[in-house]
Amino acid sequence: MRETTGERWARRIVLSLLTLFVVTPLYVMVTSGLKPLRDVQGDFTWLPTRPTIQPFLDMWRTVPLGRYMVNSLLVASVAAIVSVAIAIFAAFAVSRYRFRGRQLFSVTVLSTQMFPGILFLLPLFLIYVNLGTLTGIELYATRLGLIITYLTFSLPFSIWMLVGYFDSIPRGLDEAAQVDGAGPMRTLFRVILPTAIPGIVAVTVYAFMTAWGEVLFASVMTDENSRTLAVGLQGYATQYNVFWNQAMAASVVVSIPVVVGFLALQRYFVAGLTAGAVK
Amino acid sequence: MATTTAPGPVRPTGPPAVPAAAGRRARRRKSRRLLLPYLLLVPALVLELGVHIVPMLVGVWMSLLELTQFHIRDWSTAPFTGLENYRVTLDLDSATGKDLVHSFWVTVVYTVASVGLSWVLGLAAAVFLQRPFRGRALLRTLFLTPYALPVYTAVITWSFLFQRDTGLVNHVLAQLGLVDEPPFWLIGGNSFWSLLVVSVWRSWPFAFLCIMAGLQNVPADLYEAAAMDGAGFWRRLGSVTLPLLRPVNQVLLLVLFLWTFNDFTTPYVLFGGAAPREADLISIHIYESSFVTWNFGLGSAMSVLLLLFLLVVTAVYLLVTNRRRAYA
Repeated sequence: MRETTGERWARRIVLSLLTLFVVTPLYVMVTSGLKPLRDVQGDFTWLPTRPTIQPFLDMWRTVPLGRYMVNSLLVASVAAIVSVAIAIFAAFAVSRYRFRGRQLFSVTVLSTQMFPGILFLLPLFLIYVNLGTLTGIELYATRLGLIITYLTFSLPFSIWMLVGYFDSIPRGLDEAAQVDGAGPMRTLFRVILPTAIPGIVAVTVYAFMTAWGEVLFASVMTDENSRTLAVGLQGYATQYNVFWNQAMAASVVVSIPVVVGFLALQRYFVAGLTAGAVK
Repeated sequence: MATTTAPGPVRPTGPPAVPAAAGRRARRRKSRRLLLPYLLLVPALVLELGVHIVPMLVGVWMSLLELTQFHIRDWSTAPFTGLENYRVTLDLDSATGKDLVHSFWVTVVYTVASVGLSWVLGLAAAVFLQRPFRGRALLRTLFLTPYALPVYTAVITWSFLFQRDTGLVNHVLAQLGLVDEPPFWLIGGNSFWSLLVVSVWRSWPFAFLCIMAGLQNVPADLYEAAAMDGAGFWRRLGSVTLPLLRPVNQVLLLVLFLWTFNDFTTPYVLFGGAAPREADLISIHIYESSFVTWNFGLGSAMSVLLLLFLLVVTAVYLLVTNRRRAYA
């Protein structure tokens, strides 16, 4: 099928405009991190008057970025790994068994996605505080509390996507394993998981991104010691001065791991979405 | 979802006449098999109950209390006030009620505009990237980048672009000679448009991703056939692409709607806490009402109303779209 001239030009114009829209902020983020402070405090310039990597060095001192980063890394990694492990078992059950309440489970878990965060933020905050005073398990303002909170945020979508993935694995494989005497767990670990690795990796990255980017709960549920990047990055705007160049430099550093991870795995996200949505 | 009954990990059973011991063993194995799916779901269920369902129910209960700063330390002392918080919230003559209604409408307009624009941009990009050309993979990667960025870094960058005296937006406007006096973008009436732009920038790549995934299932010969019949670009879009995308769109639009309507991060980071009245989204409004005035009962009542609204909209949406799909 040939593309008409009109279509070709429409394609070029639309794609160029979209590119401009997407690239402009990215360009500013990357180049402003290389500007001296006076460049970002005067009229906007497209290029740094004198390129410098100083903002990338200063940013660690203006705010305790290192500590925030350790917190974020710890919280997001643990939350992602645990959430995916839990999602694997749940998705296995939903995909391979017909049991009473299966539909109810799927609907309930997915519907938690639509709860306004603000509705359970405050009760959760009070529950964590009271749990701490009653049992001594400190969940408020600790990384453990954040981990538990965040892993539930990615669970519904992870389960949904993995069910799609597992469903696309032929049951003949399970049956062959069972004939060989493998129990359910062995079937899951030896047959299903190796086949679903791309999906599992994609879901892990998704869970990591969810925890890495969350702001609302982080702003209420953390103190200076457990603060994550999501809240910490706002520290470059002090009462007297806004260090835009350092804020942009920090944004670049903070974005790189998730952007690289996501873009490297984009293929599997598309596959996972296709598996989940087309059923 | 598949409707066939799963075989489950059943091993070939022995002949019908089994000795008593073997029968017991088989029964035990059978009950274990019946229990297994539930055991597998326990961790997910416990967590979802503990972090979502129970707090939500607690939130509903809190909305029935007079939970002000005097009672927050020991909230068991908060007096039960029944539906008083709801009465205050829905009293449209009071300042509280008026502000909530205002915020609600701002959120509705914001959501409709953001979801609509995101969907159109996502569709345009996906359709124009269907045909192979040089640089296609690069563009696809580039278009997905805003979605991959942590929300707060994206929003912080936009707030830098929107600065009145040092931002790119006013710099470009001034160079093009469009404005004499640099306008404010993050306060006053313009703040709504700034918020909308940031929101679309953030969410259209997700629409693009989903539509792209949906288009992969469209067989190329359908387009060939349509083109052979003399169908032009718009005709092919309307008669081939869109009908085939209906299942994807059904989920995509709902998800975008829920995300955008509940959006807290974009205004919170963009405006640094308190949003201007023109961009006072409902989540921010409830947050402010709870934490600034320390009236958590009232905040909870507003959240419950918000949840009810979202439930009704979702239910109606699913009913209507499913029925239409059944007739199609």
